[in-house]
Amino acid sequence: MVKEKTTLDIERNIGNFAYPETHTHSAGIGLTEKTINYICDVKQDPDWVREFRLKALKIFQSKPMPTHWASKDLEAIVFDNIRYYLSGGVKAKRTWEEVPEDVKRTFERLGIPEQERKFLAGVEAQFDSEAVYSNIKKAVGEQGVIFVGSAEGLKEYPEIFRKWFGKVIPTGDNKFSALNSAVFSGGSFIYVPPGVKVNHPLQAYFRINAENFGQFERTLIIVDEGAELTYMEGCTAPKFNTATLHSAVVELIAMKDAKIQYITVQNWSNNVFNLVTKRGLAHENAEVKWIDCNIGSRLTMKYPGVVMKGRKARGEVISIALAGDGQHQDTGAKMVHAADETTSNIISKSISIGTGRATYRGLVHVPKHLKNCKNNTECDALLINANSRTDTYPAITVRGTGNAVQHEASVSQVSAEQIFYMQQRGLTEAQAMSLSVNGFVNDLVRQFPMEYSVELKRLIELEMEGSVG
Amino acid sequence: MQQLNIENLHVSIGDQEIIRGLTLSVPRGEVHAIMGPNGSGKSTLAKVLAGHPDYTVTAGTVTMDGENVLELAPDERARKGIFLAFQYPSEIPGVTIANFLRAAVQARLPEGEELEATDYYAQLYKKMDLLEMDRSFTSRSVNEGFSGGEKKRNEILQLAMLEPKYAVLDETDSGLDIDALKIVSNGVNSLRGPNLGVLLITHYQRLLNYIVPDQVHVMVKGRIELSGGKELALQLEEKGYDWVKEDASEPALA
Repeated sequence: MVKEKTTLDIERNIGNFAYPETHTHSAGIGLTEKTINYICDVKQDPDWVREFRLKALKIFQSKPMPTHWASKDLEAIVFDNIRYYLSGGVKAKRTWEEVPEDVKRTFERLGIPEQERKFLAGVEAQFDSEAVYSNIKKAVGEQGVIFVGSAEGLKEYPEIFRKWFGKVIPTGDNKFSALNSAVFSGGSFIYVPPGVKVNHPLQAYFRINAENFGQFERTLIIVDEGAELTYMEGCTAPKFNTATLHSAVVELIAMKDAKIQYITVQNWSNNVFNLVTKRGLAHENAEVKWIDCNIGSRLTMKYPGVVMKGRKARGEVISIALAGDGQHQDTGAKMVHAADETTSNIISKSISIGTGRATYRGLVHVPKHLKNCKNNTECDALLINANSRTDTYPAITVRGTGNAVQHEASVSQVSAEQIFYMQQRGLTEAQAMSLSVNGFVNDLVRQFPMEYSVELKRLIELEMEGSVG
Repeated sequence: MQQLNIENLHVSIGDQEIIRGLTLSVPRGEVHAIMGPNGSGKSTLAKVLAGHPDYTVTAGTVTMDGENVLELAPDERARKGIFLAFQYPSEIPGVTIANFLRAAVQARLPEGEELEATDYYAQLYKKMDLLEMDRSFTSRSVNEGFSGGEKKRNEILQLAMLEPKYAVLDETDSGLDIDALKIVSNGVNSLRGPNLGVLLITHYQRLLNYIVPDQVHVMVKGRIELSGGKELALQLEEKGYDWVKEDASEPALA
């Protein structure tokens, strides 16, 4: 067992290291028009992007913090203390050899180049504000698949980029989508041509190395008619005493008959505010599936959504949240039915440990004029300790006669008898807890590609190891 | 001598004393049955031997092959060789029998040693054949949606896999129909041998037709009131527990 534990301990703190900052570009502390102009100058943004950003800044400044419904902990974010842009250059490298030594070593410690060799179709690695590495396997590129950073996307492929950018998630959607729109940098731009099925996942890894910093990547994925894509993102940051902000915007567009699967394993350190807006647009008979796993961060607010715009479109959110001591995972899903015969499925499982708090917020909207729409929502919460907390806020509006909705929710606690039973078979209390929790999420973990489900099980084990005794 | 030795054991839950000076020895290689009326403390004894946290041992000793058991945590006792087949086994949703047992077997290996998957499955399937269990059983979640008989068979499968030194079987016959009883009994009988001591707790004599004990003890109000050979069980069947109770002067427990 000791051998196993040693490797696990390394994994536990896998992201908890930092190299000295060597940035050549910094927008300084705080957020003003000057900050925006600095970012635009460094990135050599076209004029329309500069205008887009400046307009977004005004919207951000005009919107109040959503503390009337969300956690008061948001007030702990001091926007004036944050650095909004840090980079060592704007151009992502195509080979790891070209990536600066410290940065390369960071991603090697996180296992990214190894995963790339093993099973990925392409990788983008973002370090603070910019992608430092971006590469796609030759065979995938030859099929016409585009996989570049957002800055490169908007410059090199403006006709596709501009058509969809900000259309699924408008700037004013919420305060943090406005913030992202003002200062966005990094993230992926992906286009999959009609009929192309990308067999292996494309992966992006988001790494925060700096303190007092905000990362604002912007991802735009367009999968054309009948095409298929699996995209995977991971993230870590070192543990700092100061608050770090991560506020991304991710827009997905699935054209007719297309399929997109978007997988997130969020493992930020416990000082990160993770406030992310993610939404997909599904055209006729298209499918958008979010598999969202939140293990890290201090506060996560994230409700991946699908707008089912075309007939027979399908939306799905599979969500796993693990709220450890002092963490708040405020997660859920939004399903907006906007055409007949659309179906959506939400399965959410959360685990609260110690003073950890898991909140589920779900929105399901089916307007009156639609026919034969279906939604299924299941949300299950598991409480580990007596002081753990879980809340559920479902908002379901289903009108019209031919539509069906099903909602099931459960809260359970790991019972002392169950733990005793497992201990009687020789497992320690922590092993018993871990097995119990893994069993609780097992049916969802199985939906992850194998490489990630193994990792996920280990992450859960690690969290449980520290939670008992 | 290699034995599970209980001496003058006193156990309480809250203010209530349930076991009141119980003395009993189960040598390795023997099967001892404890019979007794409801409320005599039989199940409490089983749980106390396994280290259930709800019970307080106020006096007495329990040793396994000379080692003090009472100062060990439940999982340490289990790894050192005490097995309890539960009367009401817990469900573990989402955890398959194969994975659960694998974790339990792994927990018994020396530090740094990894269980070989092929060896493990070979062993598992061998034991399942012994218990006439279908192999699809292992991919079901532990005890979830199991019938009474399936739960008990699962307990015996775990007993077979974990190869303890001493097994306490708590009312393993309850909830079993005659066919299931035969299968479970055959399983236990096949595990009998010089390396295993068995403490068989039962309310009814019926089980002892299938698992023939070396010794029978009658427990009343937290004590062993009478011990004898296997024929004692038949006497009890005939005369009932009142016959033993006549000696017990203290009021019966609820």
